Amino acid sequence: MATEMSTRKFITANEAVAQAAKLARVDVVAAYPITPQTSIVEKIAKYIADGEMDADYLKVESEHSALTACMGVRMAGARAFTSTSSQGLEYMHEMLAYAAGGRYPLVLVNVCRSVALPWSIWGDQQDAIQQRDTGWIQIFTETGQEALDMVLQAYRIAEDHRVLLPVMVCLDSFIQSHTEELVEIPDQATVDSFLPRYDPVVTLDVDNPYSISVGGFGKHYAHWREEQQEAAEKAAGVIVEVGDEFGRIFGRHYRGLIEEYRCDGAEAVLFAMGAVTGTARDVVDEMRDEGKAVGLVKVRAFRPFPVELLRKVASQVKAAAVLDRDCSWGYEGALATDLKAALYGLSSPPAILNFIGGLAGADVPPERMKYMLDKALAAERGTTPHLEFIDR
Amino acid sequence: MNQKRHLEEVRWHGRGGQGAVLGASMLGSAAALYEGKYAVSFPSFGAERRGAPVQAFTRISDHAIRTRSQIYHPTTIIVLDDSLLSVVNITDGAQDGASILINTRKSAEQLPKMPASLNITTVDATAIAREFIGVAIVNTAMLGALVGATGIVGLDSIEKAIAGTLPEKIVERNIAAAQAAYRKIRGE
Repeated sequence: MATEMSTRKFITANEAVAQAAKLARVDVVAAYPITPQTSIVEKIAKYIADGEMDADYLKVESEHSALTACMGVRMAGARAFTSTSSQGLEYMHEMLAYAAGGRYPLVLVNVCRSVALPWSIWGDQQDAIQQRDTGWIQIFTETGQEALDMVLQAYRIAEDHRVLLPVMVCLDSFIQSHTEELVEIPDQATVDSFLPRYDPVVTLDVDNPYSISVGGFGKHYAHWREEQQEAAEKAAGVIVEVGDEFGRIFGRHYRGLIEEYRCDGAEAVLFAMGAVTGTARDVVDEMRDEGKAVGLVKVRAFRPFPVELLRKVASQVKAAAVLDRDCSWGYEGALATDLKAALYGLSSPPAILNFIGGLAGADVPPERMKYMLDKALAAERGTTPHLEFIDR
Repeated sequence: MNQKRHLEEVRWHGRGGQGAVLGASMLGSAAALYEGKYAVSFPSFGAERRGAPVQAFTRISDHAIRTRSQIYHPTTIIVLDDSLLSVVNITDGAQDGASILINTRKSAEQLPKMPASLNITTVDATAIAREFIGVAIVNTAMLGALVGATGIVGLDSIEKAIAGTLPEKIVERNIAAAQAAYRKIRGE
């Protein structure tokens, strides 16, 4: 269902994100160029230059500064936007933790790209996964439409007074960021009704001065961090709530923290994040047609991690194939590790087969997804851990 | 699966600067915006520079397109520059019965031998582009020829896609090139 005044465009996910920043009535954009994110801020710069978007564009000297500037914008009570990739996200690392600990309700779009060395401009999710523990909410998207829709929702989630945490909306390089597809652009009035102006809890005020970048020791530090954890847990409910409201208004439903695709009666399920889940849907359909009981779980929220939902779906299957476009070197893929931890204590847990693939833009074709699911179908419960690199 | 869903998978071959990426994009928007179909278009994800062989892709279907992997078995292949025939394996992975459209002054018989299962069409798009646009950027002429040879989308949709994509001052010339190439293929 499209809203009355929405328009359809044939655009890349990056352009869809730029449209979202405009529709969110962002006050300030601060960013530093890096492939494959650059075309997002190029578009935004053009909207501003053409007078289509009423925002200030800050040209900063680094990603570290970009995020710091966004924090300053938030302190002033305004709405900020930034986006980056790979080395840029890594360079932000110090301020990522600072922003989450400081409870800055920021929105950052990360176009997921591999990290050096070896140098590569192509896509995987190593950059985002490496920032898992900085305290940001991390949501992975599949299409240009979902990227646009999630940026709008991300502001609602971040700015919710129960949350007040920064949100990282992740999209995949090239297979999403540079792929053109039909995207429904909602009209401004409908977006305004869904996403009102930012209502800050605190702002810098010269007449009422106080410190924002506080120190904290002992009990105070612990208390602060406990509250941060509580907020991250509450975010799970807020993500679902905001998604439901978005669905009612715009007619596009993203099913909250995870989406189960044909998991009913499945013996083996593929767990994956991001744009590869699109290919996986077609593979699941095809294998179901062949009589194979397989399904897909698209993990949308990586933090907060949807433990209960994953426990529920995984407890009903014999084996899980987990595709990670990342690796925690010396152990395994991050999604596999977190899924296993979520299943702790299940009386009869499924076999978990971890596949590391799609690194540095390596294609994950349908045949390889079938290979993973067939291998999971053949696995027995409680089999020894399986870690396999599938790109070579 | 692909066949069941009537999925068209188009692979464009060109050299950097010849407009393959924009051609793939205009074909996608013609189908998606003006024919109520679903489409995606994407460039080949490799280093691109002027003059180097490049590829671009368009998928078109009556159903939502969810697969994000590369195109390995094209149903249509478009070659913007016949010098690529000796450099790149143009017919790699082509489905049986695939259409191949080649920009060349030569006839199909004068070209390197290709599998008999393929439908080969040639057109001198460079001459058409020079005549109507004034430069040898052949993507719009090739789109017209493609419509003439395969009917993959309607000519009016291509015209709208050109108008919706290119800068206003070169729209008319490019539409004229597409129409001329279409007529040439149809023998009108």
